[in-house]
Amino acid sequence: MTTSLNPASSADADAVTAAAALALGDDALVLSHRLGEWAGHAPVLEEEVALANIALDLLGQARVLLSLVGDEDELAYLREERAFRNVQLVEQPNGDFAHTIARQLYFSTYQRLLYGRLAETDGPLAGLAAKAVKEVAYHQDHAEQWTVRLGDGTAESHDRMQQGCDALWRHTGEMFQPVDGIDIDWPEIEASWTASVTAVLERATLAVPEGPRTGAWSAGAGRQGLHTEPFGRMLAEMQHLHRSHPGASW
Amino acid sequence: MVTKAPEASPQDTADRPETPLEAELRRLAGSVPDPELPVLTLEELGVLRAVHCLNPGSVEVELTPTYTGCPAVEAMSTDIERVLHERGIPDVTVRRVLAPAWTTDDITDEGRRKLREFGIAPPRAVREHQGPVTVTLSPTRTTPPTHTAADAAAATLLGAPEAGDAPLRCPHCGSTDTELLSRFSSTACKALRRCLDCREPFDHFKEL
Repeated sequence: MTTSLNPASSADADAVTAAAALALGDDALVLSHRLGEWAGHAPVLEEEVALANIALDLLGQARVLLSLVGDEDELAYLREERAFRNVQLVEQPNGDFAHTIARQLYFSTYQRLLYGRLAETDGPLAGLAAKAVKEVAYHQDHAEQWTVRLGDGTAESHDRMQQGCDALWRHTGEMFQPVDGIDIDWPEIEASWTASVTAVLERATLAVPEGPRTGAWSAGAGRQGLHTEPFGRMLAEMQHLHRSHPGASW
Repeated sequence: MVTKAPEASPQDTADRPETPLEAELRRLAGSVPDPELPVLTLEELGVLRAVHCLNPGSVEVELTPTYTGCPAVEAMSTDIERVLHERGIPDVTVRRVLAPAWTTDDITDEGRRKLREFGIAPPRAVREHQGPVTVTLSPTRTTPPTHTAADAAAATLLGAPEAGDAPLRCPHCGSTDTELLSRFSSTACKALRRCLDCREPFDHFKEL
């Protein structure tokens, strides 16, 4: 929570917490859905299971966070695209396996730093962050090991890993736009993220991508509800069952 | 029902000593088997935090998930409600608490013994450690790690899950010569390994 000279009313504080929970909850929910799309398509059985387990961890985090905001099902299945507050990185399509691993590397490194710092605060999200950071440590480990294995693998795997890292680079700047209600040192997180990702890429014999980390058109956009073109189609698939059969159960 | 109230809601009952009835109900709830690892009870898994009698006939149980997304929590809650209903408590609320976060150190010694007997390598003690920890990057199928200066340098920057230096033993033959096949297995809480001596694959309850 941010401290203020004027003591914020508890309603204001709750609204700020809800906005922060929505941003982090949407990150987790959307990435969980993207990873779930790998079911039945992963290159080997172990990865099928690994990606599904990572998706499950993220879904659990999303449920806790969205429940702080309102009804989790309504929030997940009945909001329009512009009401989602996730960063654009997590909504990017899976691409090939290397592309997914690049997205995992960028995001899990960020999420682990974010949850780690958040866990040290005394804010209302600290409990969840302290729990989730331990789960995300395994996600980051998974992404780093695959980045190294593919980057330092065959010419083909190296090229694909490099392409994935390059293509997603322009979505990495947005993650460090401060989120209201999360009182942490954002520039410090960005510096740690850059050092961590750079070390992994170098170890993987990959080049650290060049070029802007955001485009003028995309700076901070996901957190403001502006999303990239593939996100609408993802949401349509994610929401269609619930919208087509309201209240259905089994 | 499972309520998802923030864990901080103060409990009037939390500060006073446990009553004999609460102790009895806690033993009862704690004897419920884990739905995914039925050799373990909830008590042995360390997920049952407290039982509070709010007023006659009304009981609140605090349960913490192993992983945030663990789907077994709902089955656990239903099972706890059932045994307490059978004991004659009409109003049972299972509250999910996240803080302090569950750790594999909460699994009891008896729980670890049962896991091993069941063919699952129990988690090693989680090292109390703040800040960067040592990690070795290596191919997916790993043989015991070799530490190099480059690894150490990378480790300082990265940090990763790491559990002490205790050897991990094959639950079938006790060998410490094992390799990692997949860091995620049949459930999020387990990794898949293989023993290089008896060649049997086995699950390892990952340190958390």
